[in-house]
Amino acid sequence: MRKLFAIVLVCALIAGVGVGCKAKVGVVNLGGIFPMTGASATFGTSSKNGVDMAVEEFNTAGGAMVGGVKTTINYVNEDDTGLPEVGASAAQKLINQDKVIGIIGAVMSKVSLAVAPICQAAGVPEISPTSTNTKVTLVGDYIFRACFIDPFQGTVMANYVYNTLKLKTAAVLYDNGNDYNKGLAEYFKAGFEKLGGTVVDYEAFTDEAKTVDYKPQLTKIKAANPEFLYLPNYYGSVALILKQARGMGLNVPAGGGDGWDSPDLVKIGGAAVEGGIFSNHFSKDDKSPAVQQFVTKYTTKYGEAPDALAALAYDAAGLFLDAFKKSGSIKGSDIRDAMKNTSFVGIGGAYKFDENRDPIKAAVIIKIVNGQQTYLATVNP
Amino acid sequence: MGQFLQQLINGIQIGSIYALIALGYTMVYGIVRLINFAHADIFMFGAYMGFFLAPVMTKIFGGAFIPTIIAAMLITGLLGFVMEKLAYRPLRYKSRLSALITALGVSIFLENFCALPFVFGPAYRAFPDLIVAGNLPISASLGLTIPYVLLLDVGVSVFLMVLLFWFVNKTLIGKQMRAVAFDKPTASLMGINIDVVISTAFIVGPALAGAGGILYGTTYGMLGSPFLGIWPGLKAFIAAVLGGIGNIPGAVLGAYVMGISEAFATSVNSNLGYGIAFVILIGILLIRPSGLLGKFMPEKV
Repeated sequence: MRKLFAIVLVCALIAGVGVGCKAKVGVVNLGGIFPMTGASATFGTSSKNGVDMAVEEFNTAGGAMVGGVKTTINYVNEDDTGLPEVGASAAQKLINQDKVIGIIGAVMSKVSLAVAPICQAAGVPEISPTSTNTKVTLVGDYIFRACFIDPFQGTVMANYVYNTLKLKTAAVLYDNGNDYNKGLAEYFKAGFEKLGGTVVDYEAFTDEAKTVDYKPQLTKIKAANPEFLYLPNYYGSVALILKQARGMGLNVPAGGGDGWDSPDLVKIGGAAVEGGIFSNHFSKDDKSPAVQQFVTKYTTKYGEAPDALAALAYDAAGLFLDAFKKSGSIKGSDIRDAMKNTSFVGIGGAYKFDENRDPIKAAVIIKIVNGQQTYLATVNP
Repeated sequence: MGQFLQQLINGIQIGSIYALIALGYTMVYGIVRLINFAHADIFMFGAYMGFFLAPVMTKIFGGAFIPTIIAAMLITGLLGFVMEKLAYRPLRYKSRLSALITALGVSIFLENFCALPFVFGPAYRAFPDLIVAGNLPISASLGLTIPYVLLLDVGVSVFLMVLLFWFVNKTLIGKQMRAVAFDKPTASLMGINIDVVISTAFIVGPALAGAGGILYGTTYGMLGSPFLGIWPGLKAFIAAVLGGIGNIPGAVLGAYVMGISEAFATSVNSNLGYGIAFVILIGILLIRPSGLLGKFMPEKV
């Protein structure tokens, strides 16, 4: 009896596999690697929502024609838990088991850096929505990203301050213990000076976890009398710096990068951060129709407004699927070539890749007005 | 000139916070010869107590600063007492290395326990304003101002230092402390209850750290995370060594030297600021290995 049961079971399994294979005709897998659990789980949820939405729209619109066969996408999402080694095994699984045509992910640069070499070796295109570390796309020609790299924000802010705010002198105070802050500071300085402005004081501090007193630097900056204060740091130290600056009568406008993007900035900084401006990838208050349409659709589907991660993941998936459709092929190299020459228009504006497969795209400037983030402008590179 | 004096003021402010932590380090070391690494975390605990207690105190007393600092000192004093009973007393007659490692363990425990989401959590906290913000203008021509909070910091540190000095030198328990510091077995033979003396040291030292935590919160208006004690604690420990560990006025002097040299070094080159402060420290210790005041008062407390 038991033997008979086993035989039936095996037959059923074989039949099942057969049916599965048949159903896969005209369907290909697309992989995604995001932190769905762990400390950055909210990043993963937003990103997956964005990709899900892009895939759904792609399938509803009819998918792609591959060799004359209408092909739709089946999205396979994997959890990297925020750890590089988990991300790497997820990539192995997606490539070897699910035979994905491409991978969207990961969120964090350290995970993307572990995933990228695997994709490169297998010839599977990977596009990270939000990994800003310069090294990620340098892994190889199959690796792309949908966000601008860190230093770009420094250039954007220099343009905005010099050309739009018409301020000619600036001071910089940055965390020299972190590549992100250093990159922004250096590119701001270079950009601002190239335009004809003067950086009157360029000060550093050692690691925001170690420093809470910025008055020695601020005393020096105040004496140099700048018209603008550039603080390319994370929100905690930005709030502290501005509190201390305002407290000692240094009341010039201040600005920074996407490290400012947290509700805690206003919670800690209070009135001191009022009027501050910062560059970011995306603002849900951007009045452009593409953004507003996305915000409405996303809010209806998920019951909450999208953040920058959702927007970038949506664009990353859209960009990949657009290239897949144009190439009309499931071969990695064909999709890669189509991505290289893309002219995709997403909610973050028009995307074009430079020779390092980093996108050339616009940034938004956000101002803090009455404690709220308010969309101010879109700045092109 | 104006900038020079302003940097001096900045340095004094940084030094005041170090001073209150350094006092506790020096006192505990003076009596039990133990570097209590958890001291920096008691400082952190005091700051968080201020965060939670200040709104309550405002409701009860109207003004918040004095009741909050007293309540925080009581709580951290109690924490110090419990810590000594649970972690250090069982090891008192074991090798000094075990006690040192235990101190590190207590420190790591306090940090990570407090970082749990249901304790204090790892997120930033805005510390309530306990005093009026503002500056006292000193000289308009030099652009020199003194923040009110600096007057408070210096006032409280100096007041507590004098109080501690009086406590150690004039009260009976203070005299017993000095006797224990001098020679533990003999003091015991003379009828001094060593347990009481050591417990007192572990109440008074942490209470001072608690006061330091409140001043830290008031001065900077933000609590970064339960790991915020590590760096001020390290600097304060160095300040205590610099002043001559075990010496009370030495700890305060060392703290101000550290704070002021840090401010000046940073103003000369902000990239090297931290490093230069440590170079000065090494220089002073090379010339005076026992610390600035270590030699003049061999009687350790």
